[in-house]
Amino acid sequence: MQPKSVPSQTGYSLKITGAGCQSCVAKIEHALQAVPGVTAAQMDFATRTATAEGVVTPQALLAAIEALGYGATIEVAEASNTPSDFTLLHIEGAGCKSCQVKIEQALAQLPGVQDAQMDFPKRLVRVSGTATDSELTAAIKALGYGATVVADESETETPSEVTPQPVTQSQISSGAQVVEAECELLIEGATCASCVAKIEKSLTAVPGVRSASMNLAEHSATVQGVASVDALIQAVAAAGYHARPRGDLADADLIDEKDAADQAYYRKLLRDMVIALSLGIPLMLYGMVTGEMSVNTEAEQLGWLGIGGLTLLVMLLSGRHFYVGAWKSLRSHNANMDTLIALGTGTAWLYSMLVVLFPQLLPEMARHVYFEATAMIIGLINLGLALEIRARGRTSEAIKRLIGLQAKTARVQRDGQEIDIPIEAVQLNDRVRVRPGEKIPVDGRVLEGQSSVDESMLTGEPMPVVKTVDDTVVGGTLNKSGTLLFCATRVGKDTSLARIIGMVKRAQNSKPPIGRLADLVAGYFVPSIMIIAVLSALVWLNFGPEPVVAFAIVSATTVLIIACPCALGLATPMSVMVGVGKAAEAGVLIRNGSALQNASKITAMILDKTGTITAGAPQVTAIQTFGSLDEQAVLRLAASLEQGSEHPLAESIVRSATEQGLALSPVAHFEAISGKGVTGEVETQILLFGNDKLMQQHGVNIEQQTPVARQMAEQGQTPMYLAVNGALVALVGVSDPVKADSKAAIKRLLESGIRVVMLTGDNAVTAQAVAAEVGITEVFAEVLPEQKAEKVIQLQQQGEMVGMTGDGINDAPALAQADVGFAIGTGTDVAIESADVTLMRGSLHGLADAIAVSRATLRNIKQNLFGAFIYNVAGIPIAAGVLYPLSGILLSPVIAGAAMAFSSLTVVSNANRLRLFKAQGAQWEAR
Amino acid sequence: MMLWVNVAGVLLIALIIWWFWMYKGGAGSASVSGPVTITVVDGVYQPSHIQLPANTETRLLFLRKDPSPCASVVVFDQLDLSQELPLNEPVEIALKPLPPGRYSFACQMHMYQGELIVEAAAQG
Repeated sequence: MQPKSVPSQTGYSLKITGAGCQSCVAKIEHALQAVPGVTAAQMDFATRTATAEGVVTPQALLAAIEALGYGATIEVAEASNTPSDFTLLHIEGAGCKSCQVKIEQALAQLPGVQDAQMDFPKRLVRVSGTATDSELTAAIKALGYGATVVADESETETPSEVTPQPVTQSQISSGAQVVEAECELLIEGATCASCVAKIEKSLTAVPGVRSASMNLAEHSATVQGVASVDALIQAVAAAGYHARPRGDLADADLIDEKDAADQAYYRKLLRDMVIALSLGIPLMLYGMVTGEMSVNTEAEQLGWLGIGGLTLLVMLLSGRHFYVGAWKSLRSHNANMDTLIALGTGTAWLYSMLVVLFPQLLPEMARHVYFEATAMIIGLINLGLALEIRARGRTSEAIKRLIGLQAKTARVQRDGQEIDIPIEAVQLNDRVRVRPGEKIPVDGRVLEGQSSVDESMLTGEPMPVVKTVDDTVVGGTLNKSGTLLFCATRVGKDTSLARIIGMVKRAQNSKPPIGRLADLVAGYFVPSIMIIAVLSALVWLNFGPEPVVAFAIVSATTVLIIACPCALGLATPMSVMVGVGKAAEAGVLIRNGSALQNASKITAMILDKTGTITAGAPQVTAIQTFGSLDEQAVLRLAASLEQGSEHPLAESIVRSATEQGLALSPVAHFEAISGKGVTGEVETQILLFGNDKLMQQHGVNIEQQTPVARQMAEQGQTPMYLAVNGALVALVGVSDPVKADSKAAIKRLLESGIRVVMLTGDNAVTAQAVAAEVGITEVFAEVLPEQKAEKVIQLQQQGEMVGMTGDGINDAPALAQADVGFAIGTGTDVAIESADVTLMRGSLHGLADAIAVSRATLRNIKQNLFGAFIYNVAGIPIAAGVLYPLSGILLSPVIAGAAMAFSSLTVVSNANRLRLFKAQGAQWEAR
Repeated sequence: MMLWVNVAGVLLIALIIWWFWMYKGGAGSASVSGPVTITVVDGVYQPSHIQLPANTETRLLFLRKDPSPCASVVVFDQLDLSQELPLNEPVEIALKPLPPGRYSFACQMHMYQGELIVEAAAQG
C-alpha cells in the first residue's frame, strides 16, 4: 500500500506590528524568505500583513520577525487539507527516543493541536485537533524528520515500503534515499571548550551534516543533516573521543558500561586507599611503638606541623569526595555518610592542628595529635567502599545472565538476500533464519522448518520443546537440531526476554515492607548521630576525667565515624537483588518486594486442579452408551454441541471427534450454563451435555446411571451426561492426567509446613480421586468459577496467609484476592504482569522454589537488618565511651573507621550468600 | 567557662535540628513544557526540591555524574517507582499526573534525598 501523497505547501498570513516605514517591508520580506523552507514571502504595508508560503512552522516565521524587533501574530493558516479529528503520521528519520519528545512537543505547540502522542517503535504519531495535515508534516519537516500522513496503522506494517530502515554508510554512498534527521550523541572524554570546538568541527566535516552543536555540561552533541549515526560516531572517534547515540543503549551495553564505571571507581578508591594508608600506617606504628604523639617541645611542634600538612594533602587527594559530598549535601539540608566521615576526620585534624599551633591553649595532658586517625579512617573507608563495589557486582549476576541470553545479531531476509544485522535493527514481520546451535534472536512464529528448542534458560524446563510451522519461538532460547525460518512478532523492548529482564530489574529495585523501618531510620540517622556526638562530647567535658578536651574530641569523632547508615540502608535492597535474581534463574518471576515478603509468609496454598495439578489437556477416556446411539454418534453430537464452547473439557471432546474424522453439524441456540454444562440444538434435536446438576435442572432421569458415573469419578474421570430430547443417551468420561511431578512438588509444599488445598469445579468424587493421587487431603470441589475468590476469603478468615495458584486467566479474581497470586504458565507465553509471582514453567516445583527462595531472602534480610541495627545500637554507645567508667576502655577512632568500613561490606557479603541458594525443582525432577 | 561550653553545645544541637529537619527550603526549578533535569553529583540531587504543577504529566531527566554505587538507583517510594541511573547517561522518567502533595525520592539507602513538591495552584 502506498502512503497518500501529502500537499507540502502551507500559506501563513501574519499580522505585523511595529513596522513604521516601507524599508521595514523589505527587511521583513527578506527575513521571512530566509527562513528555511519558505518558498515565497510578501508584505502588504497598508494592511501590515505579511504572507509566507512553504514548508515551515508558524513559530519559525514569528521568530524571524521578532528577531528583527517587530511583533507578529499568525492570522490565518491557509490550510490546503481539510481538518480532521485525528491524523496519523508516519515519521522517518527518528532514530532515538529524544526525537520522540521533540516531535511531540513541536506538534503540541501548533495552533489547533490538542494532543500529539508518538508510538516510537512504530514511528507513528497520532495527532488530535483541527490542525491540517500539511501543517503537521511541515512542523515535523522543520525539525528535520520526514513525515507522511497514513490512513491507518496497517499502512506502516509493510516494511519494504514505509517502515524506516536503518541507514548505513553504504546506502548513503550508493545514493539510497536518506531522510534529513536530527540525532543526539553522547560524548565521552570531552573536558574543555577546545574539545567542544574539535568535536563540532569533526561532526560538521561528515558529508551530509548541516549543523552540529555540543553541550559540554550534558556531554551531548546534537547533529542535524543527512548522515548515518555510524559515520558520526566514527568522526568523533577520529577526533579522539567516544560517542554513542543517546538513550539507545541496549541492556547488554548498559551492563558493560556499569561494569566499566564500577571498575574505574574501584581503581580510584584503591588508589585513594594506598595514599591514605601509606601515611596512616607509619604514623600509627610510630604512635604504638614510641607512645609519643603529643606536642611538648618546639621541635615536636615543627615535626607535627609537617605531618599535619601531609595529612591535609591526604585529605585533599584521597578524601576529597567525602568533603565535597558533605558540603554539597549540607547546603541542600541533607546529611549522608560523607557528612559523618567529613565531620569525624575533619574534627580530628582540626583539633590536632590546634594542638600543634597553639599548644599553650590546652592542658599538657591534652596536647595529643590524631593525624594518624584522619589518614587511617580515610584509607579504611576507601578500602571498605572498594570491596563493597566488588561484592555489589556479584549481586547482579542473575540479571547479567538473563541479559547475556540475548543474541547479538540476527540473520534476516532483506531484498531476497539473507544478511546478518544487529539485533536492534530487527523489525516487526522480518523473516528471520536460525540455524542449529544458534540463539533465537527475537520472538516469532515459525514459517518453515522443524527443530527442537531448548527453553530451559527462561522456563527452567529441562526438556527441549519441538517447534514446527505456526509454533511460537521465544528470543534468547537455543535452537538445537534443525533450521527454522520465522516471522518476527515481537522485537526490541517488546520481546518476552526484554519484558522479563525489565520485570526482574524493577522487582530487584523494589523494597519489601520489612525494609520500611530501616528507610525511616536512615532518613533521620545522620543528624541524630551528629546530635549524639555533641551530647557525648558535652558529657565528657562536664563529667569526664582529665584531659577532658581530648576525651571529648575522641568520643565525638569515634561516634561520628562508627555510625553506619549504609549497612542499614543496604540490608534490604542487596538481599532483594540477589533473591529476585535467584528466583528468575529458577524460572520464577517475582513482581515486587511485597510479593516476595508475602510469599515467604504463606501458610496455606490453594491449587486450582485443571492446568495446575493436571496437565490441563483433558482427553476423552470412556464413552458409555445407554440407548440406540453408538459411541461415534454420541461423540459427534457432543462435539457438534461443544464446538462453540471454550471450556477445556469442551475442547477435549471436539478434539477427540476431529481426530476420529467425524463431521460436525452446526449448533443452534447454544447456551453455556456456568458450572453445569451446555445446551443447544443440533440436527433438530435438543441436546443437554453436562453434569448431574444440569440433568436434574431439566428433569432428565439419571438415577439408573448414577453408579456408572460414580465409578468413572472414582477413577479420576469427569463424567458428563448427554441427553437427547430429554432422554439420557450416554455418559462421557473425560480425564485430565496429573502432571508427572505434581505429587513430588506438593510433597515439598506439605513438608515445608504449608496447608495445601485443591480447588476445582469438578464433582467431589473425581476431585477426591485426583487429590488422593497427589497426596492432598483438603478439597474444595464443585466450586463455580465465580466462587473461587470466596474460597480464598474463607481460608483468609481462618487466619491463613493464602497463596492461590492458577493459570492466571480464568482465576484472575481469586489470584487477586489471595495474599499472593501465582500464575502458572506453560512455556513462556504468559501474562507476566498479571500475577504477584509468575511461574514460567508448568511444573509445581516452581511454586515450592518460589516459596523457598522468598523464605531464604526474607531470612537473609532479617539477618542483615538485625546485624546493622545491633552494630549501630551497640557500637555508638561504646564509641561514646559508656564502657569507660566500667573498664577504662575508650574506642580508638581508627578502630571505629575499620568497623564502619567493614559493616556495609558484611551486609553485602551476607546478601551474596543467597547466591548459593539452589532451586530444588530440577533435583526432584531428576529423581 | 563550662556554662558557655554547654550553651554552645545545646545551640549546636538546636542548629542541627533546625538545619536538617525543620528547614523547609524553597523549591527548585519548575518546568511544565520540557523535562526537569536533576543531576546526581557529589552525594546530592541537584535540584533536590522540585516544584511541579498538580495533575500534569511531567518528565524528569536524571543525569548521574556521581560514580558511587549508592547513586545508581533512584527510588520514588510513594509512587512505587524505581529507576536505574547509569553513569553519565541521561535517563528520563515519565511521571503520571500527580495529586498535590510531597513525594520524596532517594537512593536505595536513603542517603541521597530529594522531594517533588506537587502544588495545585498553576505556576506562572
